[in-house]
Amino acid sequence: MPIIVTKIIAFLAASVVQGIPLIYGSTGEIITEKSGHLNLGIPGIMYMGGISGIIGGYLYEHYTENPIGIIAVLISLFASLFGSAIMALIYSFLTVTLRANQNVTGLALTIFGVGVGNFFGGSLLKFFGETGSIYLAATSAAYRTTIPFLSKIPVVGTLLFSYGFLAYLAIIIALLASWFLNKTRYGLALRAVGESPATADAAGVNVTAYKYLATLIGGMIAGLGGLYFVMDSTGGGWTNGGFGDKGWLAIAIVIFALWKPKNSILCSLIFGGLYILCVYIPGLSAPMKEIIKMMPYLVTVAVLIFISIRNKRENMPPASLGTSYFREER
Amino acid sequence: MSAPAIELKNITKTFGQIVANKNISLSVDAGEIVALLGENGSGKTTLMNMISGIYFPDEGQIFINGKEVVIKSPKDAFKYGIGMIHQHFKLVELFSAAENIVLGLKEKGKYDIKQVSARVREITEKYGFDIDPDKKIYEMSVSEKQTVEIIKVLYRGANILILDEPTAVLTPHETEKLFAVLRKMKEDGKSIIIITHKLHEVLSISDNVVVLRKGEYIGTVETSQTDEAQLTEMMVGKKIDLNIERSTPENSTDRLVVKGIDFTNHDGVKVLDDISFTARSGEILGIAGIAGSGQKELLEAIAGLQKLDGGEIVYMNPSTGNAEDLRNKTPIQIRDLGVRLSFVPEDRLGMGLVGNMDIIDNMMLRSYKKGNSVFLERKAPKALADKVIEDLEVVTPGPTTPVRRLSGGNVQKVLVGREIAAAPTVLMAAYPVRGLDINSSYAIYNLLNEQKKNGVAVIFVGEDLDVLIELCDRILVLCAGRVTGIIDGPTAKKNEIGLLMTKHTGGNE
Amino acid sequence: MMAKQNKIHEPPFHIVKRPAIAGWKSVLIRAIAIIAALGVSSLVLLILTKKSPLEAMKLVYEASFGVYNKSIDKGFFAQIFTGRKFWAMLQELCMLLVIALAVTPAFKMKYWNLGAQGQVLFGGLCSVAVMFYLNNGFWATHKWLVLVLMLIAAVVGGVIWAVIPALFKARWNTNESLFTLMMNYIAIQLVSCMINVWVPNGSQVMGVVNQNSKIGWMPAMVFPDAWGMHPSAKNYFFNILIVLCLTVVMFVYLRYSKHGYELSVVGESVNTANYIGINVKKVIIRTLVFSGLLCGVSGFLLVSGTDHSITTGLDRGYGFTAIIVAWLAKFNPLMMILTSFLIVFLGKGASDIAMNMGFNESVGDIITGIIIFFIIGCEFFINYRIVKTHREG
Repeated sequence: MPIIVTKIIAFLAASVVQGIPLIYGSTGEIITEKSGHLNLGIPGIMYMGGISGIIGGYLYEHYTENPIGIIAVLISLFASLFGSAIMALIYSFLTVTLRANQNVTGLALTIFGVGVGNFFGGSLLKFFGETGSIYLAATSAAYRTTIPFLSKIPVVGTLLFSYGFLAYLAIIIALLASWFLNKTRYGLALRAVGESPATADAAGVNVTAYKYLATLIGGMIAGLGGLYFVMDSTGGGWTNGGFGDKGWLAIAIVIFALWKPKNSILCSLIFGGLYILCVYIPGLSAPMKEIIKMMPYLVTVAVLIFISIRNKRENMPPASLGTSYFREER
Repeated sequence: MSAPAIELKNITKTFGQIVANKNISLSVDAGEIVALLGENGSGKTTLMNMISGIYFPDEGQIFINGKEVVIKSPKDAFKYGIGMIHQHFKLVELFSAAENIVLGLKEKGKYDIKQVSARVREITEKYGFDIDPDKKIYEMSVSEKQTVEIIKVLYRGANILILDEPTAVLTPHETEKLFAVLRKMKEDGKSIIIITHKLHEVLSISDNVVVLRKGEYIGTVETSQTDEAQLTEMMVGKKIDLNIERSTPENSTDRLVVKGIDFTNHDGVKVLDDISFTARSGEILGIAGIAGSGQKELLEAIAGLQKLDGGEIVYMNPSTGNAEDLRNKTPIQIRDLGVRLSFVPEDRLGMGLVGNMDIIDNMMLRSYKKGNSVFLERKAPKALADKVIEDLEVVTPGPTTPVRRLSGGNVQKVLVGREIAAAPTVLMAAYPVRGLDINSSYAIYNLLNEQKKNGVAVIFVGEDLDVLIELCDRILVLCAGRVTGIIDGPTAKKNEIGLLMTKHTGGNE
Repeated sequence: MMAKQNKIHEPPFHIVKRPAIAGWKSVLIRAIAIIAALGVSSLVLLILTKKSPLEAMKLVYEASFGVYNKSIDKGFFAQIFTGRKFWAMLQELCMLLVIALAVTPAFKMKYWNLGAQGQVLFGGLCSVAVMFYLNNGFWATHKWLVLVLMLIAAVVGGVIWAVIPALFKARWNTNESLFTLMMNYIAIQLVSCMINVWVPNGSQVMGVVNQNSKIGWMPAMVFPDAWGMHPSAKNYFFNILIVLCLTVVMFVYLRYSKHGYELSVVGESVNTANYIGINVKKVIIRTLVFSGLLCGVSGFLLVSGTDHSITTGLDRGYGFTAIIVAWLAKFNPLMMILTSFLIVFLGKGASDIAMNMGFNESVGDIITGIIIFFIIGCEFFINYRIVKTHREG
């Protein structure tokens, strides 16, 4: 195979690996935003999803002689979902029940989540009197298990079957979210809550319950993006700040995807590609590499501007996004 | 004879000290259309909100098909087959008609929007509606949106329909279509209550008319046995003497000449249609009309806040003698021309004042730009605030209290006080006494009279006909964005104005 | 007929908006929130570091004010004032404060500028470029001129970065929060790129610039030797002084200038702004020029007065914290001194405890988060009231 083809295949596969956390993050944020809540805490939730999974996996590996892959996966998965759920509940309690400012709450949640992630990422071993950095061999190996045989097929195997199960789950969840929003009466009610809570309320929809559930489920989905990153992309380890700005990109992709989970799959993969493009372009000088890394952000800005200039009704965020709902007392 | 579909007995509802409904009774049979007639603030909407579960009556009973029921939420109202079509549509703009119709329903079986559309089509064919269930709400005209609201309640199996001023937003042609549909529903055995001010519509659609006035039940008459004159009399009542002073205008000259202005709003509705009048110095020009007849847009157009389609607004400057064209100028440009125009808008805390700022800072809104300094000058506004508080007897802990914390009457005094302090030559006030108690109202009337004596051209938009008649020198009557008459204040008759207010000239369609 | 009273079931409590609240009550609510936050924080510290609350409190205090040493012949306050910890804390407080000041006018206008980080970084980058290129010949003898040029460069950089999203906001109502957020990352990449240009060895770290000549360095304050001031006091003095001056300037700008008045009106109600004839677009752009200008100044202070270099972390992650500091202080610059003190004091204390125990400093962020949650949450009780449901009439 010519080297260029090999390189392109490797690039595409790497784009997928980079794109998966973004699919989780943006799908989670879309569901949240559909209820009228702009959750800027998604980056923090994704950190939390990652570190909670690590803690779960670590505890299991620490106390077990011969860790079994499937159990390690289940424990860390559960721990991750739990961690994200707590974060999402903090956010929804503050913004739905206490009607706090969504932006400020979201930013605080991100500061908190990133802090928790980096704290335990750096100090978890210390609690158990160990030194060095975290490395969850067994758990990560289980997450990275690929489909036997299929993944060995040249080209197609690498492109389509070389990923851990969380990658496929991301796409399934995005498609399910799309189906839920567009094809079920609950999805219809959720969209109504985000567009006009007063209308939904008058039509007999329990606005508060929908807001809570959307934020909770959206947060848990986003948290899985963090889990995928630590367990699969980086192989069961933690680097402080390693997850970087992917959470913010996920929020930006929501706009890019025009609030449609289906679109977010492709957008996330494109952004994943842009994210690591610089590694695969040969002969780049160091400064040029940094310029190429700017691409995802420049593209986002261009899309933001384009959408605002076009000003089309369907491309707008949910109409009540960012505002609290208070049914006026009589 | 079977029991009426819905019957109200002795319903009373108070909000704080205000009695919104007092001992009201009415009944509607199956296959009957009842019109509920009354001026603004007569308690029609409050009454209907109690049937649809938004408010809960303090006293009285509601019977459905002869059985007493308790309606404590919109859900209960649905349960008893009651559907209300509000004046302000509750629709999700981005959804299609079918999606809006099915929203919130917990039907059994698979959710399939195509099936919903099919069922909606059945309803539209049955009653002769003209609507595409897959069309998005934001692409719809006002009348289509209203149709969606009606189908929404029918889809939910409503037998008793309440329509709150359904024709206020419709063209005569659309109104005819609506009435045709309502008649079909009536044939189908539905009971319909329609709230309206428009007498000719009442006469053409209803079987019986229930008239309310100032929260009280005035009477029920059979439509075939009545006429416009009798209904107007019942609606506006006898003239009440208010003892508002009125001096004879002196040295009146033309100050503001409005010629044929037209204005179309965002929704494409023609809100001002060929409006012409002259406001004279030293005179109070009243503007009467049903709410939403174009009063707000007219004043905003003069103040430079609306882009007009056509016409002229000419200001005769008393100091220079020049005639200035104000049309489509911004508020700053108008001020820069030396036009001293003051405007007390209807939306006091949303437009006229900033709720979170204190009285002093609100006094500055008009004047802060004066002078070349980059800094604010708070001495004069402070003095003004103190003066307004003292002169108008504003009840406040002090001039540094945010206006949001003041009561409605005091908020209004602050706003009017500021606008008068600018020594205007034209003063426009939209509903300046709305929500105010008697004493505050009289304080405002006195202020307007004082301005009039100072030679200001005052334009007063009001809703209480007694006040308009006693206060104003001339009264311009608006109906659906058109001038239906300009009459002399001292000799005006209440029912004459009432007729003009509801005199739909038919439009162009 | 007798009127009949209907009984209905409703939840025993419901929420109503408060029309007004007495000043002391709102202070009390906030105080309770802060005490509750401290309680939860010390519980977290207890679990994570096994320090008892009292011990933790002492360590938190010492992180900002230093350890009091009885054996030294120096008064209690003199020890604080001449010590390193106190000045390091003041320096951090002021850097947080100046960024908070920078974002304030825009937020007061309800313009969500999440791009302070980018504006500070780009300002700092422009500043460091001047310092990097103008370091010999003529410039070595005109150090003050370099400083002035650095300030100008930083301000221009900050303004450019802030005003681009503002232009789009004013013209097309482009979503400013995501736009400014993306501008952060574009600035980060630009900084990385320039570091690679300036330091071609691939280390991606720019060392201290002009270490020996100290060109472009903020001058140190001269204290009498007898006072025995710690060197950080000398180095940070002007930074701190400048920020305190800016705080007063901002207070005056918001409270007493016509611009400040206009942006408050726009923030409160665009309707009212139109009614009195304020050009809303002009105000948005002008305010963001000012906001960017201050971010540029922050970048300059961080480059010239603190780091003498640039990294992508020049802003110390204060971009978001600053927003919260400003918001908690209700956009009152003088109150911001208090709120940034609260955040820096507790954050520093928590990090110090963690570092002492060999944990990493991120515990500071955890504590910051907890405090903010509580203060945000308590706003509800200031704006709303929970009342027992009862029916009139």
